Amino acid sequence: MGSQPSLSGTIAGERAEFTAAGSWTIEHVDVLQRLVEAAAPTVSRARALTINAAAIEELDTLGAWLLERLMRTTDGRGSEAGLVDLSDRYRGLFDKIHEVNRAPAAVPVVTSRPVAVLENVGRAALDVRTDLVVFLEMLAALAIAILRVLRHPQTFRLTSAVYHVFRVGWQAVPIILLITFLIGAIIAQQGIFHFRKFGAESYVVDMVGILVLRELGVLIVSIMVAGRSGSAYTAELGSMKMREEIDALRTMGFDPVEILILPRVLALVIALPILAFVGAMAALYGGGLVAWLYGGMSPEVFVARLREVVSVTHFEVGMIKAPFMALVIGVIACSEGLRVTGSAESLGHQTTVSVVKSIFLVIVLDGLFAVFFASIGM
Amino acid sequence: MQVSQAEAIIRVDDLVVGFDDQVVLDGLSLRVRRGEILGLVGASGGGKSVLLRTIIGLIPKRRGRIEVLGTSLDGAGPEQTRAIGRRWGILFQQGALFSSLTVLQNVQFPLRENLNLSPALLEELALAKLDMVGLTPNDGAKYPAQLSGGMTKRAALARALALDPEILFLDEPTSGLDPILAGEFDELIATLQQTLGLTVFMVTHDLDSLHTICDRVAALADGKIVALGSIATVLASEHPWVKAYFGGKRARLARAMH
Repeated sequence: MGSQPSLSGTIAGERAEFTAAGSWTIEHVDVLQRLVEAAAPTVSRARALTINAAAIEELDTLGAWLLERLMRTTDGRGSEAGLVDLSDRYRGLFDKIHEVNRAPAAVPVVTSRPVAVLENVGRAALDVRTDLVVFLEMLAALAIAILRVLRHPQTFRLTSAVYHVFRVGWQAVPIILLITFLIGAIIAQQGIFHFRKFGAESYVVDMVGILVLRELGVLIVSIMVAGRSGSAYTAELGSMKMREEIDALRTMGFDPVEILILPRVLALVIALPILAFVGAMAALYGGGLVAWLYGGMSPEVFVARLREVVSVTHFEVGMIKAPFMALVIGVIACSEGLRVTGSAESLGHQTTVSVVKSIFLVIVLDGLFAVFFASIGM
Repeated sequence: MQVSQAEAIIRVDDLVVGFDDQVVLDGLSLRVRRGEILGLVGASGGGKSVLLRTIIGLIPKRRGRIEVLGTSLDGAGPEQTRAIGRRWGILFQQGALFSSLTVLQNVQFPLRENLNLSPALLEELALAKLDMVGLTPNDGAKYPAQLSGGMTKRAALARALALDPEILFLDEPTSGLDPILAGEFDELIATLQQTLGLTVFMVTHDLDSLHTICDRVAALADGKIVALGSIATVLASEHPWVKAYFGGKRARLARAMH
């Protein structure tokens, strides 16, 4: 479209005269950029510049800006620049462009590298404090909501809670069964393989039983739930926040914690122990199956030995931990959801943060429980 | 209304669009001339936005023919679609700014993707566009979530104008703006239309916009264009919906003012 643009000129003393021709449009942007850059050194030496634009056939914003930029190269040092004979069609456009970008550009704040590093460290430390405060605030808000619900039980969202138990509990059963079954089987296989060297294959039952019931069952299930349901909570609440649904609830006089968050967290607290139990059983089943098929230990022997070495304490230790894990996952997921701001990116970011933080805290909590149970002799 | 073929920049013939068992546009025909501002009015849910979205290829049609800038989008490959996308700019009702980019980056996006510009020129050109729609470099550094309604519209307009399009599609450009801002926005569109030589296809409910900046008005009712022409022509229409629309108290007030 249009003919090739051109720009030619001479400098005589302090006066530069240029002639622009052709199509000064976005299609010819590469040529135009080169033309204007080539002319800039000449122009910057001149004190007065005239551009004859009579031969310009087409002009758009880009062309007009390039002409304007060329003319500004001389501006500001008592020099003058002018565009003559531009066709009336484009006069309005050029006048408009002549006005733009007059405000001084914002100066970016430059900090030296060591300062920037220190600043980042400081900010990260403050972030940790903020995270802790946010977590405690959400916990407190939940506690208040629970107290209010206990005083007025009819305000409790039973339907919502049941629905969430269905979603995070019942619908998670197949995948939890599969994963924990495989984990149990793998532990048993590894145990048999290595214990065989010492002729201590029968101790595999001890290992599988205690490991699964005390630690792995609840830990694996918590991590799965954090990834599966925690992320969903964060994304749901985050998009509600983005679309101002949470503000709408608040202005109608409802407490979003009571309506949205309490049923979700409660559903997790109910569902996670059940899932942990189901998961532990599947892991024991997997372990028993491998001991039978791979280790040649008959199911009767496996069950008898399991009964001998595993006391109900191990089972209790595992189960006591489960609701606390659920609480941590739920509170993190919901509070991260409410921290989502306007952009799609922040939704993704908070969801990631939610999952990473929940898994980290679940493992930390498991460690604290280990210390606690050891000290009370459980 | 006879328009010669050369003048028509958008040609829609016998267009039928529907969803499931509901027909929204039923045999609609329309011509938009080069260099005009055409305002499209119609009842809420009457298919105005559907018409706009069908023309730009977001909604599939059941029957009919649409030609924009002399090419039909039927069976166009990705390259043709992209080529035509460079020649029109669209202002969506909610702005549709990319939320994870700053305003300036939003305006730079089509420039960066379609052209090989030096970083300095890219920056200057985007700032120039922002300036043209009345935003400052400071606003350019903000994210869409930090903008007010009026600023969102302006930023979206700047992005729509980034590639100096020939056609500008506007979906309710002044909705959600106060009358002062709406008036300014109308003026901005009119100025840009004159300086850049744009053709503007505007879906609107704003009676003031219809009176002040539209060269022609098309009224959409029952899935067809029932009145087309200057505002005076449309006002004289005998169609019951058009009479109701322009006969209301607000419409009479708007007319009295112009």
